[in-house]
Amino acid sequence: MRNGASDVLNQFRQGDADAFEALFRQHQRAVYGWILRIVRNPVTAEELTVESFWRIYQARARFDPAQGFEGWARRIATRVALDWLRTRRTEGEVSLEVCAEATAPTAADPAVTAEIRRKTAMAFGRLPPKLRIAATLAIIEEQPQKEVAAALGISVAAVKLRVFRALRLLRKDLEKQGITP
Amino acid sequence: MNEHDEDSMKKLLRQALPPVNSNAGPERDLWPGVLLRLDARVAAPASPGWAWFDGALLAGLVGLAAIFPTAIPVFLYYL
Repeated sequence: MRNGASDVLNQFRQGDADAFEALFRQHQRAVYGWILRIVRNPVTAEELTVESFWRIYQARARFDPAQGFEGWARRIATRVALDWLRTRRTEGEVSLEVCAEATAPTAADPAVTAEIRRKTAMAFGRLPPKLRIAATLAIIEEQPQKEVAAALGISVAAVKLRVFRALRLLRKDLEKQGITP
Repeated sequence: MNEHDEDSMKKLLRQALPPVNSNAGPERDLWPGVLLRLDARVAAPASPGWAWFDGALLAGLVGLAAIFPTAIPVFLYYL
């Protein structure tokens, strides 16, 4: 079984389409889920999953079967999602679903009004993408920092620093709007 | 920002943007989309924008320069 998996990885590296499809079928759900956590929109996540697997296929020659497919694919997917955040989500452009989500009634602290949640979501959307992606994965999605670091290709200490900077910038932005968390 | 501030910011952020349900997979089969991207890549010419007449023009210029080397500065002037 192990040899079979190894064969598929080696065949994929050599450009075998069937091996690529087998890997796609095996990992598409995980890649989609990871991207969805970052972009928070199912339709966009689907598009970026396709883009990720296309880039995965393009980069197959650089794939090291000994390192495993999942982590490598996740790293490429994170880069695709980060590119999307950089190009599509310019300052102040927060998608409607994020605002709707932020204003929807939740089981959250009733002292935090829908307006504060909306303004927080908007302010979060204005953060630099590199900080936003780290904060999204580590705080909102509560992913282990080690996994976030591996996906972003940085150290755990760098993840902590980015999260801290994201929170500090977010706090400053909210304070400017008269909100003191 | 102290630890307390950091914790309150984290709490506020989670309330504003709750985690998404990432357990559900995509709603459609994405494989045809990947195939389309791959096919588009294969169907695309190796060097788009480089047509046969570009090659012919270049060959003509090289031939002309070989026959009339004194014309090279004139060509360079008009480039």
